[in-house]
Amino acid sequence: MFGLNKRDTGLIAIVTVLVILAPFILNPFPEGSAMAQFNAGYPDLMQRFVIFGIFAIGFNLLFGLTGYLSFGHAAFLGVGSYGAIWMLKLFSLNVIPSIIMGVIVAGIFALAVGFVSLRRSGIYFSILTLAFAQMSYALAYSVLTPITGGETGLQIKSTDSPLLSNLEPGEIGRASLFGLDMRSSFEIEMGDWLFTFNTGYYLAGIVMILAFYLAIRITRSPFGMMLRAIKSNQQRLNYTGLNARPYTLAVFVISGMYAGLAGGLMVAMDTQVGPERMFWTASGEVVLMTILGGAGTLIGPVLGAGFIKYMENIISKINKGILEQWFAFMPDGIEDLLITLVYPFVGKGWHLTLGLMFMAVVIFLPGGLVEGGQRIGRVFRRRDRKSEHAEADAAKQRNTPAE
Amino acid sequence: MSSSKLTRRGLIKTSAIAAGAGLALPTYLRADGHSGFTNAPTGDTVTLGFNVPQSGPYAEEGADELRAYELAVEHLNGGGDGGMMNTFSSKALQGNGIMGKKVEYVTGDTQTKSDAARASAKSMIEKDGAVMITGGSSSGVAVAVQALCQEAGVIFMAGLTHSNDTTGKDKKANGFRHFFNSYMSGAALAPILSANYGNDRKAYHLTADYNWGYTTEEAVRTSTEALGWETVAAVKTPLTQTDFSSYIAPVLQSGADVLVLNHYGGNMVNSLTNAVQFGLRDKQVNGKNFEIIVPLYSRLMAKGAGANVKGIFGSTNWHWSLQDEGSKAFVKSFGTKYGFPPSQAAHTCYVQALLYADAVERGGSFNPCAVGEALKDFQFDGMGNGPTLYRGEDHQCFKDVLVVKGKENPESEFDLLEIVEVTPAAQVTYDASIFGGDLGECNPGA
Repeated sequence: MFGLNKRDTGLIAIVTVLVILAPFILNPFPEGSAMAQFNAGYPDLMQRFVIFGIFAIGFNLLFGLTGYLSFGHAAFLGVGSYGAIWMLKLFSLNVIPSIIMGVIVAGIFALAVGFVSLRRSGIYFSILTLAFAQMSYALAYSVLTPITGGETGLQIKSTDSPLLSNLEPGEIGRASLFGLDMRSSFEIEMGDWLFTFNTGYYLAGIVMILAFYLAIRITRSPFGMMLRAIKSNQQRLNYTGLNARPYTLAVFVISGMYAGLAGGLMVAMDTQVGPERMFWTASGEVVLMTILGGAGTLIGPVLGAGFIKYMENIISKINKGILEQWFAFMPDGIEDLLITLVYPFVGKGWHLTLGLMFMAVVIFLPGGLVEGGQRIGRVFRRRDRKSEHAEADAAKQRNTPAE
Repeated sequence: MSSSKLTRRGLIKTSAIAAGAGLALPTYLRADGHSGFTNAPTGDTVTLGFNVPQSGPYAEEGADELRAYELAVEHLNGGGDGGMMNTFSSKALQGNGIMGKKVEYVTGDTQTKSDAARASAKSMIEKDGAVMITGGSSSGVAVAVQALCQEAGVIFMAGLTHSNDTTGKDKKANGFRHFFNSYMSGAALAPILSANYGNDRKAYHLTADYNWGYTTEEAVRTSTEALGWETVAAVKTPLTQTDFSSYIAPVLQSGADVLVLNHYGGNMVNSLTNAVQFGLRDKQVNGKNFEIIVPLYSRLMAKGAGANVKGIFGSTNWHWSLQDEGSKAFVKSFGTKYGFPPSQAAHTCYVQALLYADAVERGGSFNPCAVGEALKDFQFDGMGNGPTLYRGEDHQCFKDVLVVKGKENPESEFDLLEIVEVTPAAQVTYDASIFGGDLGECNPGA
């Protein structure tokens, strides 16, 4: 269907179902129960799941297929965001033009960065991209303050009146899709469960499904084959008389445009941009997402993005008071002991927990979460050697060195 | 956020049957209709969101802010010794929570990044049902979260944020700031500088290259130039700079006799240390002693810079050694609970939490518009800063500003600053319109 083979159709169907049903899946615990802490089905986090999913899918096109490790991908996200917010401020409050603008600006920027950085490969390429990203961050933070708002960033103000809008004087514009407010949502309550359906989330979700589809098509295309050839042995490719540069540059720009798309969507969901979005830790985060989920696989980066964002937003909010509630039923001594043991790993210690999990994944599941899923799957299915597993196929690529 | 939900309790019985049928009951009513604002507390508790940096460069301030909030919650719920609730001039708070509802709280990590701070604040609003967000230790974060709260229709009580922008060009009707700002620092410092260093000085500015740095440099420049000082040069330094030697060397050649360090946190610790190591303070220029000024001081910074802060002037919002009843009560209950005196960040956060609770009591509702109305032009005392006004035009507090000096002979690791002068509020008050910006209308959300 849609030019996909059976397995890929299945994969995209699963992703589509997950995206549509996310408000249910992510809210498994009733409101007010002790476990409600682990519910992730609120609009902001769901939006982040899919937006960072897009970001990671795009990053994976570059890293997973060609093996070029860009360490400055957050710069494209940031540049796309700035492009998008200026569009909202000046042109129209409709999110479509601003998202498109985000993609275009990020694409142009990626072309410039890629043109320079792709002259080198391996570690030199990584360092070059990192340098570009840090440069953009520093510029946005201070020198370019008139354009980027500096430290405080950009927001839609009451003084902004976009070209194609008729706001009352003093009214603060809201991002919308043909009049549909991105922040509007309706809630369904069933028993003790509360499910939130948010407009912005579903827009981002649809875009992610499209982005995912496009990524499958690119991966399966002759162009994708070429990229994998670059990964497995670029020298041999050169000796056969093929110039790899146009291919790497093309995928670098595509990957940058994915990041710009994610940036544009972030602005559409939450009309604010700050320069930290381009900081090197943000670039590192997308690398982690991809590796954690399974580099080179199709769905891995999306899983990794969800995993990291979940840790960041849910685990970081568990404080001592909540722990005390959980362990309140235990005898005092044991309660204190448990709190002392668990406390360093939650709240501000979420980085520590994430780091441990990351280590565990890299050591025991080198193929990322996807490999974990496959291993579990294998336990249940005995005869799966025959079927050519798309994910395993792609994951195998990963283990081959980049150069 | 316009959100709609079914009436809460009424439907539980019906939906118990319907739940099995999956997506039944597509009908939904405008939920918050009964209350008219975002996250109206329905049960016998009310949730506040404490959004502070728990990781990153200001983690230490964040930890102290969180301690102050926990103390404030304890006092609001009637625990502890009541702290500043006993000295606060408004007696609306009873120690039975806020309007009889027990105060609960959720915490989050801003990481001192606007994005992370907004994500954390959003989860508090969307998931935990927080009706007020407070905290933060940087102006970028404060401005970002304040705008978010304005959109979402909850109250934002800013924590430590010193830039003029927070209640200047980026002010919002749902946001309130108790902390002072760059302008006030400049205005408070000027007379002291004139008295100590004379009116014929040449100043050299080193300014952290970001928003707060710019507003602070401008404030100090304006007020010192009004004294008759000359500004020789103003050099921007990158925020990530850790070694300032290359910036200090040109100072000596410039003919300046005063160095102003518009730096905060680790920046200030490093630049001051470098300047002192270069022997600037032992130099004689233009026949005068070379002097260094740090416009915004905090105890945590003074601790970092160690002996280098001795004799250096700066300003601060509050200091634990103040001897008024409010400060004494706060230092006592904080010290009893945690074993050391609170920082100015802790103080401003504690006060903000109490002011919010008090405004809800007086306004008779958690509705942000009612709270805003109650805080508007509110005058109070007994919170450690003397008589204070919450100005209605820009939601900025006006109170006395402390001019401090690094202590020559500190007695303990907390006793690093001494108060030189308490500049009266009238002297640091400015016209609300000078920074531009538009407060807008209060937004109750829903």
